[in-house]
Amino acid sequence: MSVKVIIPTPLRVYAGKADSTEVSARTVGEALGQLTSKFGDLRKHLFTEEGKLRSFVNVYVNDEDIRYLSKENTPTKDGDTISIVPSIAGGLL
Amino acid sequence: MSTKVQPITSQPNIAEKATTLSNEEILRYSRHLIMPEVGMEGQLKLKNAKVLLIGTGGLGAPLGLYLAAAGVGHLGLVDFDVVDFTNLQRQVTFGSDDVGKPKAAAAQSRLSNLNRDIQIETFETKLTSENALELFKNFDIIVDGTDNFPTRYLVNDACILLGKPNVYGSIFRFEGQVTVFGMPDGPCYRCLYPEPPPPGLVPSCAEGGVLGVLPGIVGSIQAMETIKLILGTGESLKGRLLLFDALAMKFRELKLRKNHSCPMCGDHPTITKLIDYYEFCGVRGEEAPGPDVQVPEITPRDLKSRLDRGDDLFILDVREPHEFQICNLNGHLIPLGELPRRVHELDSSREIVAHCRSGKRSAEAVDFLRKAGFRKILNLKGGILAWSDEVDPSVPKY
Repeated sequence: MSVKVIIPTPLRVYAGKADSTEVSARTVGEALGQLTSKFGDLRKHLFTEEGKLRSFVNVYVNDEDIRYLSKENTPTKDGDTISIVPSIAGGLL
Repeated sequence: MSTKVQPITSQPNIAEKATTLSNEEILRYSRHLIMPEVGMEGQLKLKNAKVLLIGTGGLGAPLGLYLAAAGVGHLGLVDFDVVDFTNLQRQVTFGSDDVGKPKAAAAQSRLSNLNRDIQIETFETKLTSENALELFKNFDIIVDGTDNFPTRYLVNDACILLGKPNVYGSIFRFEGQVTVFGMPDGPCYRCLYPEPPPPGLVPSCAEGGVLGVLPGIVGSIQAMETIKLILGTGESLKGRLLLFDALAMKFRELKLRKNHSCPMCGDHPTITKLIDYYEFCGVRGEEAPGPDVQVPEITPRDLKSRLDRGDDLFILDVREPHEFQICNLNGHLIPLGELPRRVHELDSSREIVAHCRSGKRSAEAVDFLRKAGFRKILNLKGGILAWSDEVDPSVPKY
């Protein structure tokens, strides 16, 4: 299933500045796995050392939070969009 | 600085609601009054509304301006900071003459010039767990325009405890998020993010900066949501997270669900009072987090002495290319994010001094290289900013 993953601004630097990427996956977990295979530096920003999704990062399939679906087992279909939405505080610097 | 709330003007305990508009007000707000969605009734709601702005910076600027222009009768401005020259790139309530002045006072001056009919109270104090509830309770709506995680959780929790809506906006470089927390049956900030990121994990220095107009857009959306809440019109962003990507010029919307197990606003809340938010966010009692790693350092003056003496030092610059163009010490540029891949460019037999803008990223670089086996490596304390302060003022600060 061809799925688009949108990479949020704070993480684009770890993805070669890409703002999105296409992956082939049947679940959210697979899609994120593909994403971090493509962009290894993203892994530690998305996952803890135990491989769990970090609590300040939310993942959506289209407009639904995966925590209210089947989390990483949420199935994905062709044309779905996965959004990664990390906590951002301000932007003042 | 006292953290007890010291309002500049006194607040009446029971505010008398306005029931009429003067002829001057009718003329001023005529463009509101001729709209059925507002009318006299709506304008009176605005006049009787009390909105508290947390932060008078990038988001606070359009917020203050548009809420004042709309005739919100009572505005509170909370900010303990002073206007800095670098603020003028985006904090459009301030002018060059305001540099060095307390922000809340400078904003009050600008906003009262815009609208003399409204009451503007300033609180030049840091928002803390000790004063937040007292401060919030006299206002109807709280607008979160702050720039750090501890305060965001504090504002959220105080609003939930008091039952006040929290119009939330946040930005990062080219992206913004807006929603309304704290509505009945709606989610709160903790429903969205139960925990803050540990300091140092969310990219800061290298990925910082913001396009000045971005908070202008996001803050204006917050002002719009605030006005809609007061008027009771339209559909609020309660339960919706509006995402704005300025570069792509795209708005997206995600569903924000109330977490019924939320410890703050869920069916069985376990948090019933304000906590130590700096501890919660892993920032122990400091304004800004201290260096995350302890590494051997060299001061700019010592570095200068050693270079003048002819010591063979290799200067490693771990900033980004666009920063190198602003100013540099002729170092070898390897951005921090690329260091693991490019470590072979470094000769571990040479003495290396790593630097960045302020010393934080280079401390991480030194820590990484020491773990990789480099023994002769030092961090330039305070970075190129300190170099400009202590050694060569001709080096621009940014």
